[in-house]
Amino acid sequence: MTPPAPVESRTVRPVGPLVISIEGVTKLYHMGDETIHALRGVSLEIHRNEYLAIMGPSGSGKSTLMNMLGCLDTPTSGKYEFSGQNVASMVDDELADIRNREIGFVFQTFNLLARSDALKNVELPLIYAGLPPQVRHERATAALESVGLGNRVHHKPNELSGGQRQRVAIARALVNRPSIILADEPTGNLDSKTGVEIMELFEDLYEKGNTLIVVTHEESIARHARRIIRLRDGLIESDGPVD
Amino acid sequence: MDRILYELTESVRIAMAQVRANKMRSALTGLGVIIGIVAVTLMGTAIRGIDIGFNKSLAMLGDDIVYVQKWPWGNVEDWWNYVDRPPMKPEDAVALNRIFDGTVNSQLQLAVFSDARQIAVKAGGESVSGVYTTGANADFSQILVADFEEGRMYTATESDAARQVCVLGFDVAHALFPGRSAVNQTVIVQGQPFTVIGVLVKQGSFLGLFSMDNQMIVPLGAYRKYFGIRDDNTQIQVKVKDKLKLQEAREELTGALRRVRGLAPGERDNFSLNGGDGFKKQLDPIKQGIAFAGLFITGLSLFVGAIGIMNITFVSVRERTKEIGTRKALGARRRTILLQFLIEAVSICAAGGVVGLGVTYGLCLGVKTAMPSFPLEFSVSLVATSMIVAIATGIISGFVPALGASRLDPVVALRYE
Ligand SMILES: Nc1ncnc2c1ncn2[C@@H]1O[C@H](COP(=O)(O)OP(=O)(O)OP(=O)(O)O)[C@@H](O)[C@H]1O
Ligand SMILES: [Mg+2]
Repeated sequence: MTPPAPVESRTVRPVGPLVISIEGVTKLYHMGDETIHALRGVSLEIHRNEYLAIMGPSGSGKSTLMNMLGCLDTPTSGKYEFSGQNVASMVDDELADIRNREIGFVFQTFNLLARSDALKNVELPLIYAGLPPQVRHERATAALESVGLGNRVHHKPNELSGGQRQRVAIARALVNRPSIILADEPTGNLDSKTGVEIMELFEDLYEKGNTLIVVTHEESIARHARRIIRLRDGLIESDGPVD
Repeated sequence: MDRILYELTESVRIAMAQVRANKMRSALTGLGVIIGIVAVTLMGTAIRGIDIGFNKSLAMLGDDIVYVQKWPWGNVEDWWNYVDRPPMKPEDAVALNRIFDGTVNSQLQLAVFSDARQIAVKAGGESVSGVYTTGANADFSQILVADFEEGRMYTATESDAARQVCVLGFDVAHALFPGRSAVNQTVIVQGQPFTVIGVLVKQGSFLGLFSMDNQMIVPLGAYRKYFGIRDDNTQIQVKVKDKLKLQEAREELTGALRRVRGLAPGERDNFSLNGGDGFKKQLDPIKQGIAFAGLFITGLSLFVGAIGIMNITFVSVRERTKEIGTRKALGARRRTILLQFLIEAVSICAAGGVVGLGVTYGLCLGVKTAMPSFPLEFSVSLVATSMIVAIATGIISGFVPALGASRLDPVVALRYE
């Protein structure tokens, strides 16, 4: 994979207001008699306009943290505030609304609906947001154009390449103008060239003012970000700007 | 509010796509519902058909006529309570009419005595056996439901003089005098000549049991003279002024009869008031039997159908666990997921309901053309009922798996392979 551009040549946008604040977050999983400490006390702040990579070996808790940040899961203990709202105490449907409005997900396996075309896939978050059909259509089309798929609007996922599928997924993550975009191993299922293209798209999104969090275990991917958090055994090992 | 609407449209779209993508599976699953709906609708059409056929027959009896007789209609187990009752007598009818006339605001118009028996009627070389022959005076024309095709009823003068004249039912007239008018012809009944003065229009059969067209009416005097009156069989038909006040009329009639019979207050009635509504009670067990069998078959097949739907919804939820996780990640609430799978289950059931109705409709048409008299009647309320039943089956059977889907933990669902 080609190395990212040298750090000095890249813009580091000034950070905006605080979006995410977690403090002493733990997550336990119970497997029979065994208790797995996926997270052992993680504290972390993320501001608007940040571009953050979360790294760590397999099983270190990256996905667990990611799910927590994405309000898919609530911590076993600890504090989580999203834009000042206490997430830890929210019920299912409140979390669903936060995810719908504030968070855009990009998955390693794309997770597109197989029987719906690109446009319908991208419209989905807008349906849950309660937007009328014309508005949905306009915004989904615009989102697809912004990821370079203006000419693939009516293709089903199986009529698209892996990179194109991930672009549809990114368009879907963008379409409701979320506060942050979370990507868990977004290039994990792509060849390295396509992976670089996706990372270039992320760079572009960052330049346009989006807040990005990318989980990866590849150093070369992580170096696209402006800040790297390294996890080990459910704890933050290091947290700092890309050198 | 809009949001629910959009979610619903989306759910319907997804459900349709899902059913389309799994045609065979959905069809097989819907089979139980189809059978259930066919059973429930066939049962409904049969019961309705019986009702309609029955009401038609009742109209032949006259819905404003009360039959006063020694025996009640229908099966009698305690025959010893009736056997010693006095028979109906012509004088009773005369006395009744006098009472009706003397009562202010009487609900009763007219009482007519008659006796009837089955006799063979001949003319020329032709003979019709078992003709239901009624002997009654001229007032009987007011009791008669059928119109005249030809000719007239005998007059009171003819009747009182016991003239040997007769009115024939449609079938009798046309069997004895095929292709020509029966009026003014002579028929021979038990060796006696009777002149035909009228022919009734075609009426059809009563409950498909006996023909109303195989009858003959003669003056009571002639009847008594040549055929004799059998006490056990006599009756007095009473015409009611307002058939909507039948109950009131029956009470008044009971009072009048007790006066005629001179019954003391403590004594039991020694007569029976019969009528169409009595027949109706006879029919109830048959209808109940059909309903019970129908409900049993319906229940059983809907139960099997519901289990199939439930199973298929469970399978669908499992197959699409990852999709559920994705939808939740994108902001689908529990309600959204619940609705999606519920609508899928309901769509299959509703489709099964429509197909079932189609099958029943086809069957009804087939039966109607093959056996026109068979009582089957398709109705709008039947369509509504079966669609409600089908949809309810979908909701009930889809609910548990759909609820499970809606409660899935998004993280677990997303991890599902
Ligand atoms: N649902 C679960 N039930 C039980 N244990 C779990 C569950 N989810 C995660 N774990 C455990 O928690 C720990 C952290 O898992 P997590 O998925 O966060 O790791 P990861 O850093 O994303 O790893 P990878 O790079 O392989 O994706 C692991 O030990 C894992 O086995
Ligand atoms: Mg992971």
